[in-house]
Amino acid sequence: MMIGDWLDIGPVDQITPGNARTLPVQGGEEIAIFRTKAGTLHALVNRCPHKHGPLSQGIVHGGIVTCPLHNWNISLTTGQALGEDQGCVPVIPLKVDAGRIFLLREAVLGKRAA
Amino acid sequence: MEFHDTVRPAADGEDEMTVPASDARMHLVVVGNGMAGCRAVEELLARDAGRYRVTIFGAEPYVNYNRIMLSPVLAGEKSFDDIVINNRDWYADNGIELITGDPVSAIDRAARTVTSQSGRTVGYDKLLIATGSDPFIIPVPGKELPGVISFRDMKDVDTMLEAAGRGGDAVVIGGGLLGLEAAHGLTLRGMKVTVIHLMDTLMERQLDEAAGWLLKTALEARGQTILTGANTAEIYGEDKVEGVRLKDGRDIPASLVVMAVGIRPATALAREAGLDVNRGIKVDDHMVTSDPNVLAVGECVEHDGNVYGLVAPLWDMCRSLADGLTEQHSGYRGSVTSTKLKVAGLDVFSAGDFSGGEGCEDIVLRDASRGIYKRVIVKDDRIVGAVLYGDTVDGGWYFDLLRREENVAGIRDLLIFGQAFASGGGAVDPKAAVAALSDDAEICGCNGVSKGQVVSCIAKGAHSLDAVRSTCKASASCGSCTGLVETLLSLTLGDDVESGPRTMCKCTSFTHDDVRREIVAQGMKSIPEVLQRMNWSTPEGCSACRPALNYYLLCAWPGEYQDDQQSRFVNERMHANIQKDGTYSVVPRMWGGLTNPRELRAIADVVEKYNAPMVKVTGGQRLDIFGIRKEDLPAVWADLNAAGMVSGHAYGKSLRTVKTCVGSEWCRFGTQDSTGLGVKIERMTWGSWMPHKFKIAASGCPRNCAEATIKDFGVVCVDSGYELHVGGNGGIKVRATDLLCKVSTEQEALDYCAAFIQLYREEARYLERTAPWIERVGVDYIKQRIVDDGIGREALRARFLFSQSFSQDDPWAERAAGAHAELHQHIAEVRPMEIA
Repeated sequence: MMIGDWLDIGPVDQITPGNARTLPVQGGEEIAIFRTKAGTLHALVNRCPHKHGPLSQGIVHGGIVTCPLHNWNISLTTGQALGEDQGCVPVIPLKVDAGRIFLLREAVLGKRAA
Repeated sequence: MEFHDTVRPAADGEDEMTVPASDARMHLVVVGNGMAGCRAVEELLARDAGRYRVTIFGAEPYVNYNRIMLSPVLAGEKSFDDIVINNRDWYADNGIELITGDPVSAIDRAARTVTSQSGRTVGYDKLLIATGSDPFIIPVPGKELPGVISFRDMKDVDTMLEAAGRGGDAVVIGGGLLGLEAAHGLTLRGMKVTVIHLMDTLMERQLDEAAGWLLKTALEARGQTILTGANTAEIYGEDKVEGVRLKDGRDIPASLVVMAVGIRPATALAREAGLDVNRGIKVDDHMVTSDPNVLAVGECVEHDGNVYGLVAPLWDMCRSLADGLTEQHSGYRGSVTSTKLKVAGLDVFSAGDFSGGEGCEDIVLRDASRGIYKRVIVKDDRIVGAVLYGDTVDGGWYFDLLRREENVAGIRDLLIFGQAFASGGGAVDPKAAVAALSDDAEICGCNGVSKGQVVSCIAKGAHSLDAVRSTCKASASCGSCTGLVETLLSLTLGDDVESGPRTMCKCTSFTHDDVRREIVAQGMKSIPEVLQRMNWSTPEGCSACRPALNYYLLCAWPGEYQDDQQSRFVNERMHANIQKDGTYSVVPRMWGGLTNPRELRAIADVVEKYNAPMVKVTGGQRLDIFGIRKEDLPAVWADLNAAGMVSGHAYGKSLRTVKTCVGSEWCRFGTQDSTGLGVKIERMTWGSWMPHKFKIAASGCPRNCAEATIKDFGVVCVDSGYELHVGGNGGIKVRATDLLCKVSTEQEALDYCAAFIQLYREEARYLERTAPWIERVGVDYIKQRIVDDGIGREALRARFLFSQSFSQDDPWAERAAGAHAELHQHIAEVRPMEIA
């Protein structure tokens, strides 16, 4: 794995479980990085598919974040809106290595979102 | 990166080796006399005993022992001899040369030799690295002080036993398995133990929040102090350890500190030898490293991106390794791990992936009275994970289903009850199973209610869950039999079941009122505790129940309950109002709607300094500054604080504003000092958390310029005193207030206001405004509690003021001083370069 493919965002413990932090991208879309209470990490574009609410500010429960603006539930793993709602937000591939968070560079820069 | 081989001259120690001339067998040298190294040799011997000549180097001065059993040795349940796996005879009988207390310090791959610390050089044909892992030492000041140890080998146990002999306080840093085992052992040995854990959940890699909470409660009952969410700042002491200081300033004295925060693959030797090393030493499916003559096995290796720290994968690896060394290549395919263990005598099991996620469904069983929690995670009709606490007998069965990826659709409804129930008798339809129960089968264990009693109670007219609960008490306590009672209702009545009051959310069959009553009755003081005791069907709750539970707990236990920020809606977490573009609006408090030049200047300065695009006068007589970015909030608050202003709580389910008119001080019609009263009411009530937002107004005469009759609590001053109004609302559905009563003094107006607010706080459901609440319970009920019952009123008022004594700290000031800075700062920023 070439190091150059992944961006080192810093240590995992910068995000307390159940919370999210934001990652602005110059010339691109801001990313929200979530850490669930179960300890898993996920990154999504920080924009609800509904009315573009900042998902990073929502309540995280299980593998779901609830958008702070209108309570849409978004899956942290697929970016899909759950329940009756329809929509999807890009997921940024993320890996954790030696306690640090890495995001797929090209997805961060908006060239490819999975 | 290390791709260049370090080529050294051929070792000159060749003649030191004592190779019998007759022994022409391949020489296998094993670096590491631990569980992996010896197991690999055992597997090899079992396949082809004579094939290799074997030499084993061990760093410790012992024969091979079972590292996992160090905990029972510490606890005094076993001796060292009990945990020896292979004694000296085994080495001798199998012709293995064992070199203990002399770790290998270098590998020369070109010359195919290893050199030990003492300078002994041995040649090899095949080299097996089984160096295991090293404890991770957190880089805090004082980590080198005498008395600070890890928990990895027999020497550490000896140090702990020696310290325990002197008694006193011990601190264990790390609430994982190893840390908790150390804590348990030291507790049994008579030390007073505090466990410091960085995460909110103990053993968070093996357990979810619910199981972690049960474990924490059980350990606390055994006298340990468990501090979760605790971050170690430093270990202090003069010439030996004296205590641990946390980042929040807490200070815990200790004569022994055990660091058990984790392990890291011990890869230094391999790295220096130029082998491919990532997190661990990289190996293929046959445990061969980047050098075909060097193999590696155990905790020090990385296979297919995975590093393992459990014993089961290690056994799998050793089998593949031995197969490869005897040319029967089988290939290691990675391990799915499960953890079944006793932590301090408590049964815990976890397997697979329990983090949830898309398509995953949770099946949860909680038995509060027996302290049992079971959670099975199913995806596409297959088990993908399981967490069990208290009763782990079915762990192996779940793990087996998981590994075999068996379709569980057919037994899904009974899955959670375990193998005996799910596989027994073919009664796969739970409804049929319930129908087949005899009349004296117990349905509700808490209240001892049989099936016959439930059915007869339904026959007598209890046609809803709630009616059953209130008549025969079945499912009225812990609620774990709710499903059974519902099945009985539908069996008995068919479609005639009446749905009861709405449950709190999809996570529970209880209503808001049930939950509140039980929080107080059972003395429950945390969200995980409520979820467990009331049998929540989801592991963490959802965005509907968590904020409600947080409020109910806060209301029930003022000053005692620790607010859970993660259960708060964004506005309450950020202490500002989120707007559609993700920026925030900021409303400083203006007591009773009064302001002064200093405050106005400070607000004007903030608007300019932070380029706020809009500032607006609100309906509640405040100024609202729009367009503030979350990063700027603390600085904005600092500026407003400096001018004497505090949070206006325009964002909270809390007291919002007290709107006033100018009253008798200026107005020619004014009858009383409504402005002064409004300020006093606001001083008394600000900062209080409520079921929903709460607005107050005080008008100086019946012309009612402050619009007091559409507020949650309104005062209309008249010549002879004060009319008190309740339950108004100017929102979607306009509702004029009901007149509560008339009082003659300002103090009475304040007292009744406090009592009314407390009644609302204690009895309304979360997110229920006063208007629908009063419509539901009736204004007569409110009058009876507030007006007729003087003693009750006084008690309500006292409870409100007690609660207020904990809630009137300005949240802005804390944030401006740096609290929760992570909520306001980005984790990082990406500035892409052209050559990306």
